[in-house]
Amino acid sequence: MTMIFGVPLAVFMGQLLLGLINGAFYALLSLGLAVIFGLLKIVNFAHGAMYMLGAFATLLGMRYLGINYWAALLLAPLVVGLFGMLLERTMLRRIAHLDHLYGLLLTFGLALIFEGTLVNFFGVSGARYPTPEALQGGFQTGFMFLPTYRAWVLVAAIVVCFFTWYMIERTRLGAYLRAGTENPALMQAFGVNVPLLITLTYGFGVALAAFAGVLAAPLYPVSPTMGSNLLIVVFAVVVIGGMGSILGAVLTGLGMGLIEGLTKVYYPEAANTVIFLVMILVLLTRPAGLFGKEA
Amino acid sequence: MNQPAESLMEYQDRDGAEMLRVRDLHAFYGESHILHGVDFDVKRGELVTLLGRNGAGRSTTLKAIMNMVGRRTGSIMINGTETLGMPAHRIPRLGIGYCPEERGIFASLDVEENLLLPPTVRSGGMSIDEIYEMFPNLYERRRSQGTRLSGGEQQMLAMARILRTGARLLLLDEITEGLAPVIVQALGQVLVKLKERGMTIVLVEQNFRFAAPLADRHFVMDHGLIVEEISAAELPSKREHLHTLLGV
Repeated sequence: MTMIFGVPLAVFMGQLLLGLINGAFYALLSLGLAVIFGLLKIVNFAHGAMYMLGAFATLLGMRYLGINYWAALLLAPLVVGLFGMLLERTMLRRIAHLDHLYGLLLTFGLALIFEGTLVNFFGVSGARYPTPEALQGGFQTGFMFLPTYRAWVLVAAIVVCFFTWYMIERTRLGAYLRAGTENPALMQAFGVNVPLLITLTYGFGVALAAFAGVLAAPLYPVSPTMGSNLLIVVFAVVVIGGMGSILGAVLTGLGMGLIEGLTKVYYPEAANTVIFLVMILVLLTRPAGLFGKEA
Repeated sequence: MNQPAESLMEYQDRDGAEMLRVRDLHAFYGESHILHGVDFDVKRGELVTLLGRNGAGRSTTLKAIMNMVGRRTGSIMINGTETLGMPAHRIPRLGIGYCPEERGIFASLDVEENLLLPPTVRSGGMSIDEIYEMFPNLYERRRSQGTRLSGGEQQMLAMARILRTGARLLLLDEITEGLAPVIVQALGQVLVKLKERGMTIVLVEQNFRFAAPLADRHFVMDHGLIVEEISAAELPSKREHLHTLLGV
C-alpha cells in the first residue's frame, strides 16, 4: 500500500477531502462575511445564526411543507435573505452611522435571540436530515471511497463562490458594489441608490450563509447551535484572509480546511486549534491578512 | 454623428431658461452652520463661477445642491423641480453631473470601469469614443488602475465620466487645483467645448485667471453668502474690487 509520510494513502486522501469539504463551508461563510463587511462595515455576528436558519428552513420545510432538498436549495437562501434584508432595513440601518462595535453587538444579540428561540422549541440535540436520493451512495476513486453528497457539496460551494466572485469583480453591479465600498457618498451623487444596494448586499451575504446551511443539513445534525460553533473558526478564516477581500475569503477558506485535514492526519490533537495558530502567525507578520490591503 | 447636432439644437432652443435656482439656502454639518442663505441662479447654457476664499462655502454650496451635507433649508430648484426633499440618489437623475474636489477616482476600478461607472441619467450623453477623442490620454491608459493616473489624468477622468451620463448641468469643484499650467489650459479648452455643446456649468474655482475668460457671470461668496454678482461685461471695471474681495 502506498504510504505518505507513514500514513496510508487512502487515509491521507480521505482526511484531505474531509478538510476540503469543511473548507468549502468556511469559504461560503467567510465570503458572505467579507461581502457584508466590505459595503456595510459590519462584522456580522449573526452570520452563524443565518447559516443555522438556512439549515432549519430546510428541515422544517420538509417536515411541515413537504419541500424537497432541491427546492430548499433555492428557497431557504431566498427566505433567509429576505429576512436579512428586513433586519437591515429595520435595525442595522439605524446604527450604520455609529461605531462598528454597535453593529457587532447588535448582530451578536440577534444571533443569541434566534438561537435561544429555536433551542426553546427544538432543544439542542439536533435532528437528522436525509441525504437526497439522487446524491446517496458514492463511488470508488482508485484510492478511496468518495460519498456522492460530499463531492456535490464541494462542487456546489465552488460554483457559488466563483459565481459570487464573478459578479463582484466582473459585472456592472459588482463595480457599483466595489465603488460603493470606497465612496458611498459619491456613488449617491452619481444617482446610485446606495441604501438599496446596502440592503441587497446584506441580503445576498446572508443568503450565502443560508445556502451553506442547506448544504450542511444532510451532513451535520441540524441544531440551533450549529452556527455559533462554526462561526468562531470562520472569523479566524476571515482574519487570516483579510477583511473584505472576496478572493481572499474563498482561497483562505478552502486552504484552512485543507490544513485542518492534514493536521488530523499527523497530529489529531491540534486539529481544532491549528487554524488559530495560523491566525496568530498571520497577524504577527501580515496584520491586514494574507489578501488584505495594508491600511 | 447626427445625435450631438440635434441635441445641440434642443439646448439652444431653451437657452435663457432657468436651469438652477437657489434661494435662501442654509446648510449644516452637525452643529456647524455653513451656508447662511445663499441666493443665485444659473440660466441654461451659462457658465458661472463661485469665487471666494477658502472656507467661504463654495464647495459646500455644490454639496448642498447634491444633498451631500447634513441638513439643508431653503429652496433648490433644478429645471423647475424642487429638490430639497429629494433623496441624494434621485438628484443626479435630473441631469446633474458632479465632479468633487478630491476627484473621487475609485482605486478598485480601472480607468474604463471608472469611466463607465456613473449610470446614465439622461439620453444624449457623449459616447465613449467621443470622450476618448476629447481625452486621448485616458484611452491610452484605459486599463490602468484609476488611482495610478497622474493628477491631471485623474482630473480628466473625473470630468470625463460625468459627460457620458447625459448630464446637462455640471457642478465642477476646483478642477484646476494643483495641476500643471499646460493641463489647466487643456481643461479650459474642454470647458469651451462643453459650453458649445450647450452644457450649463457651475465652476468653483480658486484660479481666477483660468475662470475669468470662460465665465458668463461670477458669484463671489464670503461667510456662507453670495456677496457680489459680477457679469463678464462688468469684469474689467470691477477687477480691482474683486481682487480686494478675494484677497489676492
